[in-house]
Amino acid sequence: MGTTRITAEPDTPFIDLEREFDAPPDLLFRAHSEPELLKQWLGAMYEMTIEEYDVRDGGRWRYTHHAPNGEAYGFHGVFHGNQSTAGMLQTFEFDGAPGHVSLDQLWFVPNGATTIVKVHSVHQTVEARDAMIASGMERGLNEGYARLDDLLARLAAPVA
Amino acid sequence: MEMQATALDAVFGALADPTRRAILARLTTGDLTVNELARPFAMSQPAISRHLKVLESAGLISRRRQQTARLSHLEGEGLRDASDWLARYQAYWDERHARLDALLTALQTPQPESPDSADPAG
Repeated sequence: MGTTRITAEPDTPFIDLEREFDAPPDLLFRAHSEPELLKQWLGAMYEMTIEEYDVRDGGRWRYTHHAPNGEAYGFHGVFHGNQSTAGMLQTFEFDGAPGHVSLDQLWFVPNGATTIVKVHSVHQTVEARDAMIASGMERGLNEGYARLDDLLARLAAPVA
Repeated sequence: MEMQATALDAVFGALADPTRRAILARLTTGDLTVNELARPFAMSQPAISRHLKVLESAGLISRRRQQTARLSHLEGEGLRDASDWLARYQAYWDERHARLDALLTALQTPQPESPDSADPAG
C-alpha cells in the first residue's frame, strides 16, 4: 500500500498505474462506479459535479472539477464492454482538448486480503501522453500547490 | 505548454536507453572524455558519441573541448525537470489514492446498528 507506482516509458504512448488497496475488488468497483463514492476521492481537491455516469457498455460519463478561481475543467467519455468487479474500460477526454482521447483500462486484481488496482492508459501519441502527464500535474497544482508540496516533502523524507 | 511537452519528450527519449542512463550516472561524479566514457562499454567511440549527441540535444549534458579531448558535463537541470514532472504527477495520484484508502476504510467500518450488512442493491 502507500504509493502509486507510475510507469511512463519513454517513446511509448502508455501510462501504467498500480496501487494496492486494503479492500476487496467489489468495494473498489463501487468506489469507481458509484458517483457519490467517486466524488469523495476523485473530486476532493476541487468541488466535483458528476453530470452523467452511466456505467454500462456504451454508457456515457461526464464530470466537472470546479476550481476556487471559478474555472471549470470538464471531462467526458464512454464506457466500453462489461464493467464489473474484474475491471472497467472507458475513454477519457478533456473538454479543453477535444479529439484527444485516451483509452483507460482498469483491473481490480484480488491479492489475498487486498486488491491491486491496475490502470493501463493508451494515448494517441507519445506527445499526447507526455502532455497528459504535464497537464495532470498542472490541474493538481492549480489549487493544491502547497498541499502537493507537503506531500512531496513527506515522500522525499527518509523513511525511518 | 507545447514547447514544454516537446522538451520533456526529448528528455524521456534520451533516458530510454540504458547506455545513456549509465553515461549520465557516471557523469554525476565529474566530467569525462569520450574515451573514458567508452571504456566500460563494449561499444565503439562513434557509438558512444552518438549517445552523447542525443543527451546533448535533450539538454542533459553539455560538451566542451579541452585541448585535444572533448569533455562531457552533466546538466542536472534537464534531468531534474523530468523527474519533477513525474514526481508531481505521482503525488497527484498518491493524494487521490490516499483519499480512496480513507473512503474504503470508512465503507468497511461496521455501522453500530447494522454491522457490515450486505449491499441491498446486490
